[in-house]
Amino acid sequence: MAAVRLLFIVQRPPYKSENPRLALTHALASQTAEIYMDDGDSVVPTVVFVGDGVLNAVKSQQAMKTYGVTSTESHIKGCLMTDVPIWVCKEDMERLGLKEDQIVSDAEDMGGAEISTKFVSFADIQKEMESVKHLLFF
Amino acid sequence: MAELTIGVFSSLVGSMSLDFSFRLADAAMAKGHKVNMWLSGNAVMMAKKGQKAFKDYSHNEKKMMELIGKGMEITVCEACAEARGYHKEDVPQGMKRASMDWYLAKTVKTDRLLHIGGE
Repeated sequence: MAAVRLLFIVQRPPYKSENPRLALTHALASQTAEIYMDDGDSVVPTVVFVGDGVLNAVKSQQAMKTYGVTSTESHIKGCLMTDVPIWVCKEDMERLGLKEDQIVSDAEDMGGAEISTKFVSFADIQKEMESVKHLLFF
Repeated sequence: MAELTIGVFSSLVGSMSLDFSFRLADAAMAKGHKVNMWLSGNAVMMAKKGQKAFKDYSHNEKKMMELIGKGMEITVCEACAEARGYHKEDVPQGMKRASMDWYLAKTVKTDRLLHIGGE
């Protein structure tokens, strides 16, 4: 019987590759992974955006309008709605000139989530990296 | 004996990451470890049987079949495959198709998880 903590680390910018989307869809899959597990086992994911990956969390993405596909923003909101924590690296936001009000922080337009995006320092991310069972780099 | 799960995200052609993943799996199995492999994103190119070997391109089907025969569990992301037109009937013998939750579930028991590739 175990709750395994996983940290999904997204380093790549959105839409240039499939990786950020795969990170979010894999994290969301934790909700249904129990069908393959022994009773009492579970996975507990956190998604963290670092480096150019923080661009995935910029608000008001127009992927559906532009490309006809769901946006990374909608997947982030989907994570928040299902209690998957979303973290964004503060230092990398600063490097890219991004302010907190430019980042997806809730899922109000999807009915609301009980959690919101956390803006964290790299030191906090590193602490989390050291404490989880597995790191999944995307 | 330990259990290793490898998540692979690179395409068959374009980098050598997929080739490396099979060689790593082979080496781990030779040491007596159990290996699971998850193919997602462009790595689902392996989910098409009957690939022809050319010397100019990577060709991993033979190695993959050999590893499946030795007991490697290999599963391909069903949604990633369908999105690329690889259907159930295309899958090589011994390869499974599942949704991403299969991979997440593997993280519970596996001793080490490695992510390889991505474009």
